[in-house]
Amino acid sequence: MNFVESKIFMLDDVDRRVLRHLQAEPSLATSELAEICGLAPATCARRLERLHDAGVLKGQGVVISWAALGFAVEVSLRITLDKTQSRAFEDFIAAAREVPEVLEIQTFLGSVDVRLSVIARDMAHYQDIYRTRILTLPHIADIEALMQIARIKADETVPI
Amino acid sequence: MIDLDDIDRQLLRALGADASQSAGALGRRFGLSQPATWRRIKRLHDSGAITGRRLFLDAGALGYGVTVFLGVKLATKGRVSLEDFERAACAIPEVQGVDHVLGLYDYRLRVVARDIADFERVLRRRIMMLPGAGAVEANVLLSEERRPGPIG
Repeated sequence: MNFVESKIFMLDDVDRRVLRHLQAEPSLATSELAEICGLAPATCARRLERLHDAGVLKGQGVVISWAALGFAVEVSLRITLDKTQSRAFEDFIAAAREVPEVLEIQTFLGSVDVRLSVIARDMAHYQDIYRTRILTLPHIADIEALMQIARIKADETVPI
Repeated sequence: MIDLDDIDRQLLRALGADASQSAGALGRRFGLSQPATWRRIKRLHDSGAITGRRLFLDAGALGYGVTVFLGVKLATKGRVSLEDFERAACAIPEVQGVDHVLGLYDYRLRVVARDIADFERVLRRRIMMLPGAGAVEANVLLSEERRPGPIG
């Protein structure tokens, strides 16, 4: 995802209404969404198509509960890289992609260079991943861990 | 905890990337009948492996060009209730995510803003005003990648 290159799409009130309801309940069928928004189904479908074509609406995916799949531990690793290495970011990210337990890779401007979200079955499993897969990633200068206690909000809705 | 076989894992991975696929289409892809695929998907829902759906929106195209991750430390631990902080943080429209964490910070917040000036407004008028908020560290998101996770 690149935030800089996106061209801004001008929403009108109807687009806003459609997106707001769809964000709240992505599984709604077009006909149900149309009814909630007070639109004719064909109008609603056309609006959705336009938002798709403009690249605003990129699709939808199911949310997986890793805890329900037996991954009880989630850790946020904040990593500082050795920037004297010219390929520090590329090498690090390519290697991090090879670790199956890594769910998210983010790069930042700030005191942290990269953040990894890592899941594990339990603390023993986490310790094993941390020692054998994470600490062995290239060009790490410093690493700091935040252990997830509770996810209070994770809807990632855009305030339309 | 649910036991998954290889087909369940492939289904989860496929639905994680695109939830709009029908049971028939997924069945053809993985060599299952439509009803068998539907039963497997239903089981993934019923067992809690799938908790819902998420819309993939291009925040930048909607005018939200800046995403910032904040580490927030509570200033007055013990005197402010965590519930008050959490309730107030979740009520801020620009706050997309709130995680209670253990470590250098107490909370991790994901915030969207139109631009850096807008972010400054959110930070000063909303985040700094949260009950009990102390030191705040901000990191501006440059790139983001979601991985499929340990399935398949």
